[in-house]
Amino acid sequence: MTTLVYVPRETSAVSVGADEVAVAIARHAKEAGESIELVRNGSWGASWLEPLVEVVVDDQRIAYGNIAPEDVGSLFAAGFLSGGKHARRLGPIDEIPYLIGQDRWTFWRCGLIDPLSLDDFRTHKGFAALEKAFADGHEAVLEAVAASGLRGRGGAGFPTGIKWRTVADARGTQKYIACNADEGDSGTFSDRMLIEGDPFGLIESMALAGFAVGANKGYIYLRSEYPLAHAILSRALETARHNGWLGEDIQGSGFNFDIDLHLGAGSYVCGEETAMLESLEGKKGIVRYKPPLPAFEGLFGKPTVVNNVVTLASVPNIVRLGAERYAALGVGRSKGTLAFQLAGNIKRGGLVEKPFGITLRELIEDWGGGTASGRPVKAVQVGGPLGAYLPASQLDTPMDYEAFIEIGAMIGHGGIVVFDDTADMAQQARFAMEFCALESCGKCTPCRIGSTRGVEVIDKMIANEDREANYDLLIELCDTMEDASLCAMGGMTPYPVRSVLKHFAGDFRDPAGGSK
Amino acid sequence: MNKTRQADLGTPGVGTAATVVVEIDGRKAEVTKGTSILRAARETGVDVPKLCATDSLKPFGSCRLCLVEIEGRKGYPASCTTPVEDGMKIRTQTDALARLRRNVMELYISDHPLDCLTCSANGDCELQDMAGAVGLREVRYGFDGANHLDAEVDTSNPYFQFDASKCIVCSRCVRACDEVQGTFALTIEGRGFESKVSAGIGESFLDSECVSCGACVQACPTATLMEKSIVENGMPDRKVVTTCAYCGVGCSFQAEMKGDQVVRMTPYKDGQANHGHSCVKGRFAWGYASHRDRVMAPMIREKTSDPWREVSWEEAIAHTAKRFKAIQEKYGRKSIGGITSSRCTNEEVYVVQKLVRAGFGNNNVDTCARVCHSPTGYGLKTTLGTSAGTQPFDSVMDADVIMVIGANPTEGHPVFASQMKRRLRQGAKLIVVDPREIGLVRSPHVEASYHLDLLPGTNVPIINALAHVIVSEGLADEDYVRERCDLDSWESWKAMILKPENSPEAVAKVSGVDADRIRAAARLFGNAPNGAIYYGLGVTEHSQGSTMVMGMANLAMATGNLGRSGVGVNPLRGQNNVQGSCDMGSFPHELPGYRHISGDDVRSQFEKHWGVTIDPEPGFRIPNMFDAACAGEFKGMYIQGEDLAQSDPNTHHVEAALSSMECIVVQDLFLNETAKFAHVFLPGTSFLEKDGTFINAERRINRVRPVMPAQQGKQEWQITQELAQAMGYPMNYASSAEIMDEIAELTPTFNNVSFAFLDEVGSVQWPCNEAAPMGTPIMHIDHFVRGKGLFVETDYVPTDERTNRKFPLLLTTGRILSQYNVGAQTRRTANTVWHDEDLLEVHPSDAEVRGIKDGQLVSLASRKGDITLRAKITTRVKPGVVYTTFHNPETGANVVTTEYSDWATNCPEYKVTAVQVAPASRRSNWQEEFAARAKEQGKIAIDAGR
Repeated sequence: MTTLVYVPRETSAVSVGADEVAVAIARHAKEAGESIELVRNGSWGASWLEPLVEVVVDDQRIAYGNIAPEDVGSLFAAGFLSGGKHARRLGPIDEIPYLIGQDRWTFWRCGLIDPLSLDDFRTHKGFAALEKAFADGHEAVLEAVAASGLRGRGGAGFPTGIKWRTVADARGTQKYIACNADEGDSGTFSDRMLIEGDPFGLIESMALAGFAVGANKGYIYLRSEYPLAHAILSRALETARHNGWLGEDIQGSGFNFDIDLHLGAGSYVCGEETAMLESLEGKKGIVRYKPPLPAFEGLFGKPTVVNNVVTLASVPNIVRLGAERYAALGVGRSKGTLAFQLAGNIKRGGLVEKPFGITLRELIEDWGGGTASGRPVKAVQVGGPLGAYLPASQLDTPMDYEAFIEIGAMIGHGGIVVFDDTADMAQQARFAMEFCALESCGKCTPCRIGSTRGVEVIDKMIANEDREANYDLLIELCDTMEDASLCAMGGMTPYPVRSVLKHFAGDFRDPAGGSK
Repeated sequence: MNKTRQADLGTPGVGTAATVVVEIDGRKAEVTKGTSILRAARETGVDVPKLCATDSLKPFGSCRLCLVEIEGRKGYPASCTTPVEDGMKIRTQTDALARLRRNVMELYISDHPLDCLTCSANGDCELQDMAGAVGLREVRYGFDGANHLDAEVDTSNPYFQFDASKCIVCSRCVRACDEVQGTFALTIEGRGFESKVSAGIGESFLDSECVSCGACVQACPTATLMEKSIVENGMPDRKVVTTCAYCGVGCSFQAEMKGDQVVRMTPYKDGQANHGHSCVKGRFAWGYASHRDRVMAPMIREKTSDPWREVSWEEAIAHTAKRFKAIQEKYGRKSIGGITSSRCTNEEVYVVQKLVRAGFGNNNVDTCARVCHSPTGYGLKTTLGTSAGTQPFDSVMDADVIMVIGANPTEGHPVFASQMKRRLRQGAKLIVVDPREIGLVRSPHVEASYHLDLLPGTNVPIINALAHVIVSEGLADEDYVRERCDLDSWESWKAMILKPENSPEAVAKVSGVDADRIRAAARLFGNAPNGAIYYGLGVTEHSQGSTMVMGMANLAMATGNLGRSGVGVNPLRGQNNVQGSCDMGSFPHELPGYRHISGDDVRSQFEKHWGVTIDPEPGFRIPNMFDAACAGEFKGMYIQGEDLAQSDPNTHHVEAALSSMECIVVQDLFLNETAKFAHVFLPGTSFLEKDGTFINAERRINRVRPVMPAQQGKQEWQITQELAQAMGYPMNYASSAEIMDEIAELTPTFNNVSFAFLDEVGSVQWPCNEAAPMGTPIMHIDHFVRGKGLFVETDYVPTDERTNRKFPLLLTTGRILSQYNVGAQTRRTANTVWHDEDLLEVHPSDAEVRGIKDGQLVSLASRKGDITLRAKITTRVKPGVVYTTFHNPETGANVVTTEYSDWATNCPEYKVTAVQVAPASRRSNWQEEFAARAKEQGKIAIDAGR
């Protein structure tokens, strides 16, 4: 009898030894004369438990967490292939609290399936949404996406239904789907986890989008820092093409659609949609002015849907299960779920997919288990390097686009980075400007020069040179960058800076933590 | 304040007449629909601050100075990138905007040298203007922060410098290189604060792909890219709009002056041929006009071995008249003649042909167009009825398929090439018919769909094969032909074209071009809604040059591609005024306006006006003059601005003819090659001194205005007039405007033209008369000028110039961007940095079998003579073909060319010469003689006290 063993092949798991664990398991099994089938699945998102090994016993997946290669011997000794007791044994995967509390609408196949097995994907409703779309027609897809209330998960939160409708109605026969997988925000990894855990899911999503708006070509712009995602996605694209899920006349539907995978070149601003389009066109990744919106004049000047990986990947279930079910989740105008990513100084880092409305505190405390250091939370940065630093007093803010805008913050791509009370927030303000200076495309003046001057002004404040005059200057610089920058890069860099000035001003005087 | 800067509306016009009503700062204004707020505001007199926007480039939106507020919209949209909408209420000046602009400007200046007073752009700097406009008073960031103030200055280009410390990274230069010039040489390297303009990867401007068109310098709002002439001399104090004297594009320029010194030539935005663009020659290579080689006083000598003697104008003219009269007395009326120059103005040309016809009493006048575009005149007149191209340059923007035959626009007609490339980048398709892989075949963002790399001398079979496919595959526009063409000629042409020898398969064997490629190209052209043909000397300078011109006209008629925008048969004229010099009656058989000398009506009009009897017999063409000279019958020549000794074929023969004459008068700026055989030298004027008109390749009559007095004391028309008077013919013009008045009076296609009219409207394209008071941009709109379009049969007759075992290769010739024709002008400028010697391009396989290495000296021998030059091994030419330029006299390219010529017009067959190439160790005998003669003549000139 062959035993099924899952060891994730996902970047964060691999970074803590998953590959070595897999090798060790194979070796031990061989030595022990045990017949096993090793499946390299995606991650369930409980990164704090990686490498998280599962073994299938009586159709149940028994999990063992934080396995090091040197633990494998003892696992075998403990009879783990039949679910034996071991210090690292977590019990059935579907009983782990971190996972059972989630609403995995978009990430439901991540961890569950073999990412590169088309059969496994098909067994788990893969391409069912696309088939349904073929049956119901593109109008039904457009309506479902609109009715779901889905908004762009890349950060801007623009209603996806309106975007798709605009492209569908735009003049011209050549249209494109451009998937933004240039996931550059600090503390974010949901795009990568999805690609590594469910690549066919993304392919199906893009085909759905193409079918809905009348595009026959898709592009995935993947950041170069994701080599494993690139390898997995490349294989998946090949398999899909080979099996008639991409290319001409997909599954006899008459619909043509293919996808090109494009690797970025290490520029953060290429995650900005117009810079990404420039880069996809083979040009230097600098921002375009808008309007015209990409929906009218996008890639190569043609109407283009530009969506983030998670946005796209949310669609198949909307089509398959109905928009109402999705719209029933969430709060206010923030419908559905978001894959929150817990990072920074946190005990239980990982991906948590929950409906909007959950508070930061719930995420950080209930899921994250507080700081890894055990010290009090001082600040939380939500939404990447351009997101505001929220003080502990704002932890009860519900995760809701509008509620965040109200407090001068943004949800962005759902990345949550936690800092404890030892953090020097003046340095974090400086870092915001420094990051902008490093990553600015250099097109517009406020961002190109302003960010560099911002670092200098903050340095002067920290060094107590004309602190008040420089404070005023910094505020004016923030106004200038926010109001005059060409894109959100320069326009939002002031967010973290202002939030530090507002909530942690004491750190400029007393870096040791004056605002504790 | 700057006195020469041209108005800038910020963003390009949108080319529509529709309007919307907006409110700008409380005032209602009707503005063009779809235009930017920035332009709309500027058009109504509201100057919104701006730096990165300029109306020659697409909006970019980077400087963030032109921000405005729009009622009902969030934030501060950039006015350059936001189109106006009906009912929009815009505020361009508010406290918030003022603060933002000041703060943005403060950022700029925090990384900019504070050396305005000593800066070369002082007084012509948009950054300086904007700092003033937004009221910047302090830079609170200080000047100790990160900056680029120590950036190096790149002075590698001879004409302009790049001072990165002054760069504001607005990308105007990069965008100008891309959008205007189409070379894509510049880029912004790095990102963020490290962004910097770069001409290549670690390359200087000179070493980069930059073609020095000057578009970047023109676009730069600061002193970053600055003409060295301005760095040296400071800002100009006045400007004069005039016309470039290089190629047939006829760009309008602003001569920017300081006193009577030119300090800069900038392309004129209202110039209808160039729309504010330029090339390295017109923009920068004008220094020859004040070169020390320029002759400033008349000179005479008895024998060509004597030293030159400087004399007064009176003596020179009296001496010339006396000699000419003596020759005529001794050898007869027809023993002298004149040559007009396509570099001179219409007025100057007109008086020379008038001097010959009325003063010399014969028709021995010819022009350098003989050796370039005479087949164009003949071929287009025969088929369509007019000796000129059919379209304005702007027509190319409506073309869907462009066929370029025997022309190399990016080198020869660079400003038009940029426009053509702009159209190609918009998606028009390109077919190149050329033995050589010219730049257009493949350059950044432009690629020919088909390159028919035919063997030199096989144009006619190729055009026949293209027509064969179009007719046999039903792609001809029979409705058009039935309505507009002579049907008998159509039927007989069709029968000819369908003959098997004109099929692509048969022609493939002759031309060396695959039949499939010919077919595909024909289909592309035949199916084009608008197909346009552009051609150059690669068409005309053949034994069947006129046949080929008619072949193209046939094809255009058969496909219905004449008489509207986007189509046509368009010669790219070589010289600035080759069209005009032909129009002015420079040919021995034609009076001004292409009217045959034998026509009694026409002749009598001129006879009445001129008060003389005109010989009804055509006079000598240039080659006839040489032959007659060798036969002892032709003894005197008045040569206006043409270098026959360098530019005419078979140099040995030309030199023999020139040596046999008794009085050669050369009127030129320099002691050119022909002057070595001359007895009288009359110094001419440069275009900067001339007052007159040039006519470009699109029949556009442009004003040439004097920006300084004639440096040698006389306008050239005055010299000719005084010579006429001395010869006994009364010529009494008070100004060149009066000459144009006479031209207009006597030439139906010029009836409406006068200097006053041109000064008022800018320029017009002839015909310009009562029927077309504002000129005629597109010819043959409803019907052909000749009535019905005439198809002419174009059977292929191979040239007698054949390859054999002794001369197995075919030589063809061409031009290069930085040099101009015989190089008299450009060799006397810093343009030599790009091309200081003519090279022989040889295919690697031909080089290999001959043991020729790149850069090695090789001999180039034909049946006529041999020269030595350096080899350049390249696949731009195909095996069996070699190529060279002819810009340097010491190369002597025409020592090897033959006297074969076009059957109709005697235009020399420069483009086909059978040659052999072999490694060499020394200069050829002719080159040795040339060097000796150059030394001798140089000595003579020095002896003359120059």
